[in-house]
Amino acid sequence: MAATVAVEKLTRMFGSFTAVNSIDFSVSRGEIFGFLGPNGAGKSTTIKMLCGILVPTGGKGQVNGFDILSEQEKIKSTIGYMSQKFSLYDDLTVRENLRFFGSIYGLEGKKLSDRIAHAMDMAEIGNRGDEVVKNLPMGIKQRLALGSAILHDPPVLFLDEPTSGVDPIMRRNFWELIYNFSEAGKTIFITTHYMEEAEHCDRIALIIAGKIIALDTPARLKGDLAYEVYSFSVENFIEMFDYIQSLDFVSETAIFGSDIHVLCEKGFPLKRELGALMKKKNITNYHIEKISPTLEDVFVTHARKHGV
Amino acid sequence: MKIIHSATRILAIAEKEWIQVRRDGRSLILSILLPVLLLLLFAYALNMDVKRVSVAIFDQDKSALSRDLLESFSNTEYFRVQRYVRNYREIDDLIDRGTVIMGIVVPRNFESMYKSGKHVSVQILIDGSDSTSATVAGGYVKSIMFSFNRDLRMRDLNRAGISGIVAPVDVRSRVWYNEELQSKNFIVPGIIVIVMAIISALITSLTISREWERGTMETLITTPVRKYEVYFGKLVPYVLIALFDLIITVSLGYFVFSVPLRGSFIELYLIALLFLIGTSSLGIMISSATRSQVLSVQAAIIITYLPSIILSGYIFPIKNMPGIVQIITYLVPAKYLITVMKGIALKGIGASLLWTQIVFLTLYAVVVGAISLKKLSLKLPE
Repeated sequence: MAATVAVEKLTRMFGSFTAVNSIDFSVSRGEIFGFLGPNGAGKSTTIKMLCGILVPTGGKGQVNGFDILSEQEKIKSTIGYMSQKFSLYDDLTVRENLRFFGSIYGLEGKKLSDRIAHAMDMAEIGNRGDEVVKNLPMGIKQRLALGSAILHDPPVLFLDEPTSGVDPIMRRNFWELIYNFSEAGKTIFITTHYMEEAEHCDRIALIIAGKIIALDTPARLKGDLAYEVYSFSVENFIEMFDYIQSLDFVSETAIFGSDIHVLCEKGFPLKRELGALMKKKNITNYHIEKISPTLEDVFVTHARKHGV
Repeated sequence: MKIIHSATRILAIAEKEWIQVRRDGRSLILSILLPVLLLLLFAYALNMDVKRVSVAIFDQDKSALSRDLLESFSNTEYFRVQRYVRNYREIDDLIDRGTVIMGIVVPRNFESMYKSGKHVSVQILIDGSDSTSATVAGGYVKSIMFSFNRDLRMRDLNRAGISGIVAPVDVRSRVWYNEELQSKNFIVPGIIVIVMAIISALITSLTISREWERGTMETLITTPVRKYEVYFGKLVPYVLIALFDLIITVSLGYFVFSVPLRGSFIELYLIALLFLIGTSSLGIMISSATRSQVLSVQAAIIITYLPSIILSGYIFPIKNMPGIVQIITYLVPAKYLITVMKGIALKGIGASLLWTQIVFLTLYAVVVGAISLKKLSLKLPE
């Protein structure tokens, strides 16, 4: 199957700073492809190069079969893009915004009004279509931006941290929309720094400092983890965290809420060893259990391995 | 098909700009109220008529003849006697303080020397620090002295029994186009041009930079919109607003300042359209280059206002400028429109006599339009 999006050695420098460092990946039709990484890792830069608004300094790539270096105009009419910052016109109403972008995409007459109705329906704008966008809550704005991006029914959607700044319920609604698009055969390329959001993706690429350090399905990324993960809960866990981190059989530690995730080599009797240490310290009020790794464990491990 | 799509997009952008201007109080003030304010301010402030020059008089003779002479000064509207003084020091002092800009000194024995047939002189002291007023006042003095001398000579000849003498050559000047030599008649048309240059560049200078600042440009450039569509979509509504401003300012000139409009308003309007396309494109160019609203506004004002005032020939005659500066004045569109404005409003001439201006304004519009189209980038900044 031909890939909808594919890049090879894609690179972008800003002066002497390498924002995206020779990355390779491909996304197939209908896939939800996630780009997971901290702020400044190069996620937005990658998306902008794929949308044809930023010129790569190296490598090559294609979107919908069009070259990202020479056929940006063609790419632009076959993609929908939602930027990280809300960037529709604040001083226009919902309907005016949709009319404007619809016309820009070459829709007119009945087709235009049908698509506007569809977008408003999908974004659950309800009867607020004639309100100025500025006055709408963030969640609705976000869905409106998505509605605007799909007006022309593009086969590929690029969503750059679409759910940053919205509450968890809104985020869940938003993901339902994304699943619907995926089912309808649309390819979705989404960036995020929320781990739990990345779990929704078919495949994820972990990106740190401009490099892809791992790329697979969430399940396989977790399954491939070379460590076992234990959840350890104890009173004054902050002090305990430093202590556990200093133990030489502990490979990684991370705080999850009030629990500490402790990673160690596979097969290591952590429960017993840690229990003995606790006894020595006269701590009885603790709980330890083996859990299946989360994406965050995977991410932290990879990040440490790459010296971040 | 492609052309229809482009037209749809241009219209969509123009309509969007129009809605934004309509909803934004600041834009409305900028595009409608500011030109009116600027015109009123400039037209009232820039009065170049030198009238009622304040004078100090040091009459050391106090004779009938000296009184005659001084009356011929004080009887005109050009001079106003501010003070009679008793010594030179007082004149110095009054000029230094700026109380008067001219002093007239009549020497002792003015009348008796004249009567004994000797040559007498009257001293005029003028404050040259304001050279325009000084030159004009000096001119008034000369013409008053000329008629005073002529009257005196006539009186002598009459007394000697010779009458019916007329000067061999009589000067009868008639000023065309601005009969009363009112400076407002050339100030107001010039001001209208300068105000139009500032406003048209100012309102367009915000359009691109605002989109970059608000982040909406980032969405717009991911759409298949083309450069020239953005350019024309942004140009059209603002040129229309500027044309509306032109109607307002020309009407103000006509009704409030009674500046005549002898030629065809339609012709004026069409030529001004060329001018406005050029200056509005300049605004778009500035806006694309700076990508910042504050910078764009400053740049737009400086780039339009200063050359329009200094290099258009409006205040300072171009032929007195050094050669290189004279060449630069060809790049100032206000130069052409001021000529057109004065020609049509005051002289009532038609477009057929203004071909040079029309050609230069067209060239300006095309060249600036092309540059701003080139400058307009639909890529993220490097």
